[in-house]
Formats: sequence, C-alpha cells, structure tokens
Amino acid sequence: MDFLSMIQVLDSTMRLATPLLLACLAGLFSERAGIFDIGLEGKMLAAAFFSAAIAAMTGSVWLGLLAGIAASLVLAGIHGLASITFRGNQLISGVAINFLAAGMTVLIAQSWFSQGGRTPSLMGGGRFNPIELPFAEALSGVPYLGPIYSELISGHTILVYVALAAVPATWWLLYRTRFGLRLRAVGENPAAVDTAGVSVVGLRFAAVAICGVLCGVAGAYLATGLQAGFVKDMTAGRGFIALAALIFAKWRPWYALSACLLFGFLQAIALRYQNIDLWAFTVPVQVMDALPYILTVVILAGFVGKAIPPRAGGEPYVKER
Amino acid sequence: MTTAPSIEPAIELKGISKAFGPVQANKDISIRVMPGTIHGIIGENGAGKSTLMSILYGFYKADKGEIFISGKKTQIPDSQAAIAAGIGMVFQHFKLVENFSVLENIILGAEDGPMLRPSLAKARQSLTDLAAEYGLDVDPDAIVENLSVGHQQRVEILKALYRQADILILDEPTGVLTPAEADQLFRILNRLREEGKTIILITHKLREIMDTTDTVSVMRRGEMTATVKTSETSPAGLAELMVGRKVLLQVDKTPAKPGATVLEVENLRVTDEKGVERLKGISLEVKAGEILGIAGVAGNGQSELLEVLGGIASGTGIIRINGEDIDVSGKFSDGQSRRARGIAHVPEDRQREGLIMDYMAWENTAFGYHRDPAYQSGIFMNNAAIRKDTEEKMERFDVRPPNPKLSAKNFSGGNQQKIVLAREIERNPDLLLIGQPTRGVDIGAIEFIHQQIVSLRDQGKAILLVSVELDEIFALSDRIAVMFDGQIMGVRDPSKTDEKELGLMMAGVVEEEAA
Amino acid sequence: MEKMPAWADAVLVPLISLLLAAILSALVILGIGEDPVAAVKMMVSGSLGSTYGWGYTLYYATNFMFTGLAVSVAFHARMFNIGGEGQAMLGGLGVAVICLYMPWPHWSLALIFATLSSAVFGAAWAFLPAYLQAKRGSHIVITTIMFNFIAAALLNYLLVNVMRPAGAMDPATAKFPEATHLPTLHDMLAPFGIAFSKAAPANVSLLVAMLACVAVYFLIWRTRLGYEIRAFGHSESGAKYAGISPVKITVIAMLISGGLAGMMAINNVMGESERLIMNSTEGAGFIGIAVALMGRSHPLGVFLAAILFGFLYQGGAELALWTSIPRELIVVIQALVILFTGALDNMVRIPLEKLFLMFRKGDA
Repeated sequence: MDFLSMIQVLDSTMRLATPLLLACLAGLFSERAGIFDIGLEGKMLAAAFFSAAIAAMTGSVWLGLLAGIAASLVLAGIHGLASITFRGNQLISGVAINFLAAGMTVLIAQSWFSQGGRTPSLMGGGRFNPIELPFAEALSGVPYLGPIYSELISGHTILVYVALAAVPATWWLLYRTRFGLRLRAVGENPAAVDTAGVSVVGLRFAAVAICGVLCGVAGAYLATGLQAGFVKDMTAGRGFIALAALIFAKWRPWYALSACLLFGFLQAIALRYQNIDLWAFTVPVQVMDALPYILTVVILAGFVGKAIPPRAGGEPYVKER
Repeated sequence: MTTAPSIEPAIELKGISKAFGPVQANKDISIRVMPGTIHGIIGENGAGKSTLMSILYGFYKADKGEIFISGKKTQIPDSQAAIAAGIGMVFQHFKLVENFSVLENIILGAEDGPMLRPSLAKARQSLTDLAAEYGLDVDPDAIVENLSVGHQQRVEILKALYRQADILILDEPTGVLTPAEADQLFRILNRLREEGKTIILITHKLREIMDTTDTVSVMRRGEMTATVKTSETSPAGLAELMVGRKVLLQVDKTPAKPGATVLEVENLRVTDEKGVERLKGISLEVKAGEILGIAGVAGNGQSELLEVLGGIASGTGIIRINGEDIDVSGKFSDGQSRRARGIAHVPEDRQREGLIMDYMAWENTAFGYHRDPAYQSGIFMNNAAIRKDTEEKMERFDVRPPNPKLSAKNFSGGNQQKIVLAREIERNPDLLLIGQPTRGVDIGAIEFIHQQIVSLRDQGKAILLVSVELDEIFALSDRIAVMFDGQIMGVRDPSKTDEKELGLMMAGVVEEEAA
Repeated sequence: MEKMPAWADAVLVPLISLLLAAILSALVILGIGEDPVAAVKMMVSGSLGSTYGWGYTLYYATNFMFTGLAVSVAFHARMFNIGGEGQAMLGGLGVAVICLYMPWPHWSLALIFATLSSAVFGAAWAFLPAYLQAKRGSHIVITTIMFNFIAAALLNYLLVNVMRPAGAMDPATAKFPEATHLPTLHDMLAPFGIAFSKAAPANVSLLVAMLACVAVYFLIWRTRLGYEIRAFGHSESGAKYAGISPVKITVIAMLISGGLAGMMAINNVMGESERLIMNSTEGAGFIGIAVALMGRSHPLGVFLAAILFGFLYQGGAELALWTSIPRELIVVIQALVILFTGALDNMVRIPLEKLFLMFRKGDA
C-alpha cells in the first residue's frame, strides 16, 4: 500500500468512524447511567430517515439535522418510558425500537416519497458539505505532512469534527462535573443517588435523552453527510458495531475513540479491498466484516482485559430499604 | 411520662399509618423524640420499624398521619425533603457507590455548584473537621469497596453529618459489626448526642437498647405498644412488650447422648470470588445425637462453612462423613452428592436458596431431591407422587394453608420455613445443617421449629446449627463453637459459659480456659 | 395473597398488549393515508381466505414455531437468546450439507438427518455464547448479537467462495437433489381427497414443528431437566443450593435453544427454497422473540402466536402486493407486539392488578 492510498484509507476511516463514534458515545451515556441500550441502531436509522426527508423537503440540512435528532429523541423517550418509568426489560425494549425504526422509516418513506422506501437524493444545501480548513490547498504540496493535513484532517463535514470534539466533552462532563458524578453513580448504585436526595428517574431520563441526541446526530450524518439521502436499512448494523465498540472501550470516552477508529478502519479496508493478501494468506473481505464482532466476543470473554459493565446496568431501580 | 413543656420534640409523629396491599405495616403510630437524646426503637423482624423510618426519610409515603420536626409540621415526600429537614439515615444495607472514593460518596447529591473540583476541596476540609470533632477518621481518598464494613458505616454517618443532619437514624447498625466495632460506634453516637444531635436507633437487640438509649419505644405487628425511659425498664420487660407475652427461649430437652462421630472437618479453607480467604482452616466434629451450635457475628465465615458443607461452595481440606472422606471441591462436591451422603441442609436464606419462590409448594418439596427415584416415572417426573408426598408433609408440619398448589411466595415466613424443614428432616439424614432456623419466623412457629430440631437430635442425628442469635444458640446447643474471622475461637459447654465470655470470643478474644 | 389470578396474567395481559399494538398499527395505517378496515379485510382474505393463503400462513408459522420455541426455552433459563437468526442460518448450512453431499433414497430419511444436522449446527452456533456466559460471565445478549453478524459473514463467505456452483452468479448453493424435496401440504392432503394449493410452500416441516411444540412442553413441564432449567431460571442461588449446576444448565438450555432455531432450516431451506441462499432466514430468528413473548414462553402460546404472526406475514405480503402499504407494516406490528408484551408489560399489568384488587375489595 503506497502512501497516498494509505491516506485515502485513513481518510475514509475518519468518515466511517464518525457515526460509530457518535453512537458509541450515545450508548456510553445511557449505559453509564444504568440503562442498557441495544436500540442505538434503530435510533440512528430513524434519525437518518427524518434528517434526509426534512432536508429533501426544505432544502436545509440544518432543519434535517434537527428533525433527525427529534426522531431519535422520540424513540429514546419510548425506551425511557419502558425501562425507567415502567421498569420493563431494557433489552427487549431495545429490540422493539430497532424494529419500530426499521418498519416506520420505510412505511413513511413510501408514503411521503413513493420511491420504494428511499428519500430523493440530496443536493446542495440539503447535505453537509466538506469544510476546507485554512491553508489546506496551499499546504497540500508539502511532502507527507501536506496530504495528511489537506486530505486527512481537512475536508470533512462539520459533523466529523463535532464527533471528535464530543470525546473530550464527554470525558469532561463525566469526570469533572456534578452531573457526571451523579450519572456515573446512578449506573453503579441508584439507591445511593436516591437516598442522597437526587432523582434517579430524572438522571436516567437525562442520560437517555443525551443518548437520543447523539444517535440523532449519528443518523443525520449517515444520510446527509456520508451519503446523500436515505435508503432502507442504511445503518446496516452500525448501531451494533457501536455497541461492540462501547464494550471494547470498557465504557470510557477516550477508549471509545480508539475502538471506533479501529472498527472504522476495518470498514474502510473492507470497502476498498475485496481480499487482502497478507504474506501467504488471502484474507477474505468477510473476515473484515466479522472482525469487530469477533474482537468484541474475545474482549467479552475476558481473555484480553475484562470488560466490566456498570454494576446497576440493565436493572430497573426499585426502592428498597 | 412528662417532659419539660418548653422543649419541642425534635421529631413528633402523629397517627402514622401505612399499608402495603393487604398488609398493615404501620398502624396509627405516634411518637415523640426529644432533642439531644438517643431514642431506641425495638421490635421483632417485621414489626414495622424500618417502614416507619423509611416514611420519616421520604422513602415511602404514609397513608395517614403527620410529621413534626422541631414543632413544625413538615411534609417529607422524598429523601431530598428529609435531608432539608435535617434528617440523616444510615441504612442497614449501605447506600454507597462502591467504586467511588470516600470523598465522592460524601459529596454525591450535596455538591456545591456544577463543577466537581471546588466541591471536593470543600468536602476534604469538612471531613478533616468532622473527623476531629467526632472521632470519625476515614481516608478521604480510599475507594469504598476497599474499606472494612465498620469504616463504610462511618462514611454513611459522615455523609449525614456533611449534609448538616441534626437527626440521625440508624437502622440495625450492629448487624454486620464485630462487638468491638459496635462499641466504637456507640462511643461515636454518645459523642454525637453530647454535641446536641438527636439519634434514633433501630434494633432488635435488647442489650444495645439497655446500654445506649435514653428512651425506648417498642413496636409489635405494626403498632407502637409502649414508650418508656430506658432506666425504668428491664430486658425482660422489653421482651414481653415486644412479643406480647413472656418469652421463654427455654427448650425442653434432656441432656445429649452423643454417639459416634458423624461429621469431621479438618483444616477447611474457602476462598471467595474476590480472592479473600473466608474460612481459615476450620476443624470441628459433630457426633450423632448432639447439636453443635456455631455462634458469631454475621459475616465471620459461618455462611461459608454451611455452604462448603452443603455443597454450594468449594474449598480445600478434609470433610469426613461417618468416617469416610467426601469431596471438598470438584464434580462430586455439589448439593446432589451431599444429599446422597445423608447431609440435609436448611439454608440461612430460604428465599434465595431453600425455596424457589415462584414454584408451588409441591415443586419445592422435590427441590434438591428431584432426582429421587420415588419422584420419577420413566423419563418424566411423577408429579402426582410428589403432590401426595407434599400433602402428607404439610399435614405433619402443620403448614398453613395446606395447599400444595400455592406458590412458596404466598406463604408466611414461618410456613415457608416449615416447608423447607419438612423436606430436609423427613429424609432421615445423618447430618442436618441448619442456618438461622427462626429468622423472620413468627413466635408460634419458632417453638415448633425448635422442637423439631431437638427431636431430630433425640433420634440420634448430628446437627450443626448456625445462628447469630445468642439466645437461640444457648437454648438449643449441646456444645457451642464460636467463629471469628474465618476461624473457630474455641468450643464451650453451654452450662459452663456465659454471654460475656462468648461475646469476647466473638470479638476474637480468647481467655485461657480454666483448667 | 396473589394480586391477580394466574390466568389473567397469562391470557389477559398479552391480549390487551396485542390490542394496544393493533390500535396503534391501525393509527399508523391511517397516518399513511390508507383504510385500516380495508387493510385488515385484505389481510384476512389474503392469508386465510384460500388454501393458497393458508399455505403461506402456515409456512411462515412453521418458521416462527421453531424460533419462538428457541427463544422460550432460553427464557425459561432466564437467558435472552437474541441469536436465533444466526443459529437458524447455521441450521441452513446443516441442511445444505446433508442434502447436497449425501445421496438419499427417500425424502423421509433425508428429513430425519437434515433435522438432526440443522439442530446440531444451530446448537453448535449457540455453544460458544453459552459457554462464555456460563464460564466467563460474558453477557449472552451481546455475544449472541455478535454471533448473528459473524454467522452472516461466514455464510456470505461460504456461499460466495466455497459452495457456489461453478459458473453460477448469485451467492447460493446448487439446487438440492429431487430425492430431498419435502412433500407440501398439497401432496400430503391429496390422498385424503382434500384439494390444497399446489403453489403454497407449507410442507411436512409443519408437523415437525408441532411435534417440537409438544416435545418442548414435556421437556419443560414434565422432565427433570425442565424442572432444573426452570429452577435455575427463577433463582441461580437456589439452583446451586439444590445441586443444579449453573454451567450445565446454561449450556444445555442454550444448546436446545440453538438446536430449535437451527431446525427452522428444514422448513425454509429444505422445504421451500430447496437450496441455501443468502439471508434465507428473513428475520424469522427475531420474530421468534415476539412469538415467545406473546406466547408467554409456553409451547401452546408459542404455537398460537406463531400462527398469528404467520397470518400477519402472509397478510402483509398481500397488502404490499395490492396496495401501496409496504411489507414493513408487519415489522412495525412486530415491534409494537414486542414493545407491549416484553418491555411495557407493566404498563398493562399494573392497572389490571389494581382493577382486580378493586373487584376483590368489592367482594369482601
């Protein structure tokens, strides 16, 4: 692989890692507060559709983004209602949300656009366009550093930079603020939070809402940044890869960045090369597809560093003396 | 009883009632707690003490009644309101975030502003002051799960004090403490009283009430039966108020006629999942026709001893039944193998272990013995035979209601215990392991259960009894072994020892045995 | 004292949940500008109005019985097997191996061995998640999700690179030989003089699925193993006390669950497509979740819920064919059923309990 194609693969890694990273951080907020969320996929999908649909209708990608976030928040609200208010099974609720999104998006897409479950292709202001960072053009001639700056660092849509900025922001919120302390506490021992006079329900809904917003941005990026419009099932398992990345990252923000970049890199490789010749072996592309999942199972098995989830995760909180 | 009219009570409850479905947990309860006193609330398990305090802390909402704090009528809809009213609570099961530091636990919910750094700095200073003022030393940066139980309890007290609580409620605070730690706790409580704090101490232990409180209220079956000055009452008087009649924890039994050794244990060791050694080389023996009582503060290895003998946990060392070695770990150390060896086990926690709460009584009768050939018919289980067996057992043990199709969760504590006991005793075991036989059991059933244990002994069976209630140990045991920190501190003849000596041994102090 | 009679919990709660799901679905249909009454009529006539419709309804129901039973058995051991999809894919591989690489004199023999093989392949795919859960505490929901994706990649690889006949374009195996073709309901009912649609795919696997329902009933409620599985599902600490090995039960329950999911392949792979194609499971593994929840993990409930979902799937296909309502309507209904019966069940149960308590007080 020559330098230029390496830059291209890394550039595509950035793009592909962005939705993973946003969804992964979304899951991090929810699960750190003790609410398991396997409905990241569904929330992203709903957001992808509504952002594309509204962007197509209004021509404004920003309105699209808002619509995507709103759609994701509605599903997050359902998840909150089921798992916080009615103390239902969080995993089953997540499964239901994934199906709800898969069905509703096509249903509404068909009803609104009659294009077989797609939205019209987005053009111009209906999409997030790449941002040229200062001097990108001028510096592109500089050997090595030039392409790295102009190709890899510059030239992404705003949401890519938002996703990257969300990592330190999440870290700061979690470890440096009162909200973060309470959020982490409610995922470890909600009774401690409750007896300290803080509302468990309020905190958990806040976490689920943040999760909804981030999934909304992730979905909007898919349909209006990475691609130009919505197609049926366009998330294609990204919500689950994000979930895998979350476990891989042991529910920590900076690790989440590394995990998502790794998984994004695997996707970028799989996208570019059909089979990879590695010394004597030929690695089929399907191995690349499966690798994030295999790695996650290995991590879960605890052979390479144990991933310990938040202790109150998945358990509805019931007041007990 | 009169108090100076000029002083308002720190807390006054008027006519508090609370029902959970058909169960009336608190009935028309009124109580006055004077400031600067230690007020004890005593009662049996399930008498409604904890419910009452949970109402005071905003955990439950009372159906009826009023709360006055320092003479002012106060609504306490949630814990926030309780904290604002100056009430702090130390729960029986601590409400701490285990992987947070002491400091983080202290400020949780009582932060100053949205940023953590200044809050932590302020708390660190306050903690130093509080430690000096009340003798409550704890390392502020220690992670809670690495602290001893006694220190974790201090963190809970500090949490309340940091929130400027004037009224401190402690729910069964000594259940998990060694006698020494308990003494330390009571010194701290006295200190707090001297500083003008009001303390409510909830317990079912008469001794603690007599030693530390100024006033005591007695609860029975959801009602407040009396409030008296501690100095004007006696343990016997309180006990009578608690149960509504004279308690005779005397069991009629003849002296034991010990036969051959049934259970021999040598150098038994158990290490838990966290790598902590829970049993540190136990050796003991139980003979046919005798009851060996194991006394000790909860958490000193008694549970692990029962578990390893009952095949729930594995360990190392030697266990011999009727002279034959049995497996201490590995495939043949499970509950099935133990039962096959004639070991019956009435576990400490019948709701988590002894019964499947969602199984019907008849299904529970087969529990653990579901491989018994008498319960099989071909490849299927012979449910009709199990049901018939259950009906007979229920009659002999007077289980009420005698309905084999009722789920275990719908029986009272005493009747649940009878179902377990009938299952284990009627198997004619050589050895019966029995833990906390009367925990959460009503008085009527206690006598029955004690009689069953003694009569099993008289049939020449060996019995290993674990109980944290010293009275029960004295009433039933033919020999008493005391456990502390995973070891046996000594074995005593109940007629030649007293509570004082056993208390010291439970704290790890062994006096030279008189030769 | 029980708050609510057991029958109400077992029958009323799922029925009300279903009703809620139906009302919301009707609103969705209204929302996209269609007439819900006409839609239901079309669904009924399309799925139950002809033997052709019935043939499809029962074909789908057969799939869902297997996957519904799979999820149910795991539920009894308090495990959520979300991996039915992957296990069913592997089951398809098991069927393909038997049908393609061995000569069979008669379909009945082929069916027996294909059933065994699909069960073994499905169970094998469930083994690792089960073992990791039992021994290492790896959350089985996450591992089975991961295994679904790994199964998809594996099948993709095998169908593209290994099992595709030379010269063929689409990623699929060759057609299975004639001798392995299963009799359809048309073939089976003809001797009795009953005319059944020849085009519908429902086949003899339906009987195998019904047998599986009966077998699971006896397994769970009548055998020692079932007793142990349920005991473990209710209380792990209790199971340990009784000498029931959590590792053993976890693994065995998941093997049975995976085996049942795998057995679905005799219907869709051997009975219908008669070759192994990509994505042959069509999400039936996930529908098993809805079926198990709706059927309260009881084989009779699963049987009825599977037929209900068979009706929905066939009805949905008819709708998609004749109206502008896409097939995804069924996915929405499925989502709502899962939501109401599995996650929002307390929303239904709590008011119902209060109602019963009120009546009881009225009696007293």
